[in-house]
Amino acid sequence: MRTTFTLNGEAHAADAPDETLLTEYLRDTLGLTGTHIGCDTSQCGACNVLVDGESAKACTLLVATLEGARVTTIEGLGTEAHLHPMQAAFRQAHGSQCGFCTPGMVVAGIAIAERHGAEPSEEVIRHELEGNLCRCTGYQHIVEAIRIGARAMHAPAGETE
Amino acid sequence: MHPFTLIRPKSLAEAGNAFRGDAAFLAGGHTLIPAMKARLRAVETLIDLTAIPGLDGIAREGDHLRIGATARHAKVARDAAVRQSIPALATLAGGIGDPQVRNRGTIGGSLANNDPAADWPAAALGLDAVLETSQGSHAAEDYFQGMFATALADGEILTAIRFRVPQAAAYAKHPHPASRYALAGLFVARFPEGHRVAVTGATMGVMRWTGAEAALDTGESLEGLSLASDDLASDIHASAEFRGHLAGVMLRKAASELV
Repeated sequence: MRTTFTLNGEAHAADAPDETLLTEYLRDTLGLTGTHIGCDTSQCGACNVLVDGESAKACTLLVATLEGARVTTIEGLGTEAHLHPMQAAFRQAHGSQCGFCTPGMVVAGIAIAERHGAEPSEEVIRHELEGNLCRCTGYQHIVEAIRIGARAMHAPAGETE
Repeated sequence: MHPFTLIRPKSLAEAGNAFRGDAAFLAGGHTLIPAMKARLRAVETLIDLTAIPGLDGIAREGDHLRIGATARHAKVARDAAVRQSIPALATLAGGIGDPQVRNRGTIGGSLANNDPAADWPAAALGLDAVLETSQGSHAAEDYFQGMFATALADGEILTAIRFRVPQAAAYAKHPHPASRYALAGLFVARFPEGHRVAVTGATMGVMRWTGAEAALDTGESLEGLSLASDDLASDIHASAEFRGHLAGVMLRKAASELV
């Protein structure tokens, strides 16, 4: 099926078999390998992307159902020279560790900051991360990164920590 | 996944007509797609219902709250009419799975699937709901027919759920720590004629707990009450005895939140 949607800010037309999952399409067809496949059973959140601004697990989305949607992957958030504030916060707080769950954590963190504002409590962050697994089990730095990132996302332009 | 053809009808009639042979309806896909990926399920035609306009509306209609079948859990959880009319439904919707699941999964998909540990069946049965379909409607009492079984006929599409607005209601669940499905989920509602108590997760399929309803109606103490039933589920996650005990604990928790 031919499906048109916005991918990382640009109009995109996908022509893929109907059973194609978004993870497969991003990684195998487009080479966007920042979206990771961890469990592939909708549990770990390593494949989180933003769909119409809300976090979703790309391993459980069919490309053919995304007509008209706005999809943002980790590649669409920032550049090496200009990281997204949430990416910068993960670097600052050493929230990455081995790095495997990081793209999904960053996407989840952005969704948390969008929904809960500049000062989400630790309790809120941990509750909202229920769909993201870190196998380094180092949630402390991830939570801290999301706190810093949320503040930076809501800071007036030009102000960063 | 086995290959299939996906279609996106723009109307219920078109969707119904497309249901031929080995077909399935798709809403949020957060149960169906994992099942298809694991090759537990294979279809020739997948009919995506989410392009049909007007299927996800939420509105208060007199003494009922009507929620469209493709309304996502996250939308129900933050909807003003839901929070005002039956806040327990917002609590329930906000406790399903995780944020990503709630952003895609739908109330109709959950009720059509009728997983014995899903949350929505407890609310539908506890609130004496009417399940509207492309071919008519079903009372919740008749709709749920045991584990993964419902009154829906082949090709019949769930379109909306009409909940009776109670005087008070509460939902308490003990979730499985990994899956967040209910090991025991108790929906308690108070209506002018009495209480309704529905149990999910602990049993082989959602059911009413008439003993608990009677105790609430008469104001008897709920202390020590546990669910004794031939229908209790038992598996590696929890024994039947433990689930029966948890049902009692969740009953007391929900009852304490009835205001």
